[in-house]
Amino acid sequence: MNAELILFIVFALLALFASVMMVTRKNPVLSAVFLILNFFALAGLYLLLNAQFIAVVQIIVYAGAIMVLFLFVLMLLNQRSEEKILNGKKNLKIFAIIVSALVVFQLAYIIFYSKPSAGLAPELQKSVQAGTVEQIGHQLYTNYVLPFEAAGFLLLAATVGALILAKKKFE
Amino acid sequence: MSIMEIVVITLIKIVAILSVFLLSVAYSVYFERKIASWAQNRVGPNRVGWNGLLQPFADVFKLLLKEDIVPEASNKPLHTLAPFIALLVAFSTYAVIPFGPEVELFGYKINLVVADVNIGILYVLAFTSIAVYGITFAGWSSGSKYSLLGGIRSSAQMISYEVSMGFSVGGVILLAESLSPVKIVEAQHGWMWNAIIQPIGFITFLVSSFAETNRLPFDLPEAEPELVGGYHTEYSSMKFAGFFLAEYANMIISSALITTLYLGGWQNPLVDIFHIQGGWAVAMQVGAFMIKIALLLFFFIWVRWSLPRFRYDQLMNLGWKVMFPLALLNIIWVAVLIMVFKI
Repeated sequence: MNAELILFIVFALLALFASVMMVTRKNPVLSAVFLILNFFALAGLYLLLNAQFIAVVQIIVYAGAIMVLFLFVLMLLNQRSEEKILNGKKNLKIFAIIVSALVVFQLAYIIFYSKPSAGLAPELQKSVQAGTVEQIGHQLYTNYVLPFEAAGFLLLAATVGALILAKKKFE
Repeated sequence: MSIMEIVVITLIKIVAILSVFLLSVAYSVYFERKIASWAQNRVGPNRVGWNGLLQPFADVFKLLLKEDIVPEASNKPLHTLAPFIALLVAFSTYAVIPFGPEVELFGYKINLVVADVNIGILYVLAFTSIAVYGITFAGWSSGSKYSLLGGIRSSAQMISYEVSMGFSVGGVILLAESLSPVKIVEAQHGWMWNAIIQPIGFITFLVSSFAETNRLPFDLPEAEPELVGGYHTEYSSMKFAGFFLAEYANMIISSALITTLYLGGWQNPLVDIFHIQGGWAVAMQVGAFMIKIALLLFFFIWVRWSLPRFRYDQLMNLGWKVMFPLALLNIIWVAVLIMVFKI
């Protein structure tokens, strides 16, 4: 076994463990803690795929910003409220099981029936390897400049919308 | 170089940096107390060792011998984990900060940085953004309302100031055309320091570092008149010492970062003026790096004992309505410099 495989197994097991723990915790704050651990394991997996930029952005954006906001809200909420929701509604559980089974089948279909990138044409392989900041930046501002600007515009619109909604509440 | 040689050299660098770093963390506590007493016209620690120079060791020894109290209402695993997260994050950031140029030693070419990563600045930003977890977990897991308020304040404060911090770094990256700290320092050759070229970015980064390290005037997470001790109210013994040391480690990291990004890192203009070469030049450059960090540390402590604490709404207003627009202005300024004056 080479080092890459061992690291992959370690990170994959860590990610699985963290996600199972996240779903099964009764306390929402502990769920958030395990979700953060899961993000770190995923960042490790991205590093193994040579995607350093995605790995670091995963930590900065998800683990560093979004999860801090999640925790901020969760810590202010009443901790017992989730237990009440789960005890009250049996249908919700069945619905959740069906949805997650569908997602698992979808993922399994993609994994088993898609071709690995190894046998692809050289140009396509190049696009798979694009993981460093220089390559991503170059691609974003040349080939994908329209989607990039569109996404930026969408975010701006969302920010303005959130501002207006928040202002209304306070007035 | 073979892999074995690289591993050995890296290990030597890690051990050397860690020991210097730990020692300077311990002594920055001593300097804080000395400067505090100087500011308040008293003597300060002067009993243990010559002029109190052994005081840090006495402090650590005292904390080691104290009883470790874990409150009944706490979440024990997280309560124990929190100070370790705080320390781990503080220590790992140092890996990418260069403290000297490339040197030739015993026939090896050695870069005076533990890891020259091509996304080094992003690595630093990632670690500063997760630094908040030590404090947030401590606040929540203690099961006390004062701790919880401290943890919540800290997470809101960190998120707010991280934005202006990231945007100020943007200006530096634009000028250096690289995310690697080694290249950023090399780009500030001579007097081309970023603090001189982009003073607005320097100020926003400096203020944000004060907020990120929870130092006065931004120490709302542990504001003692209102929150007892804030997030570390329920901590004692070595776990408290962990938070205490992490605060000073974060101060040193911030000083090193400000030096690397804005004050030319290890660049020493005297070396060029007097055409010094070889070992003396390297010694002067590493020395310049240390002196810059020491001066910034003094600045951190000086500000603490000079300014009063902000109110929480003032802190948020300053972060979002002053620092954030200023950081954006700085990026435009740097872009104009590059496009019009072709720096």
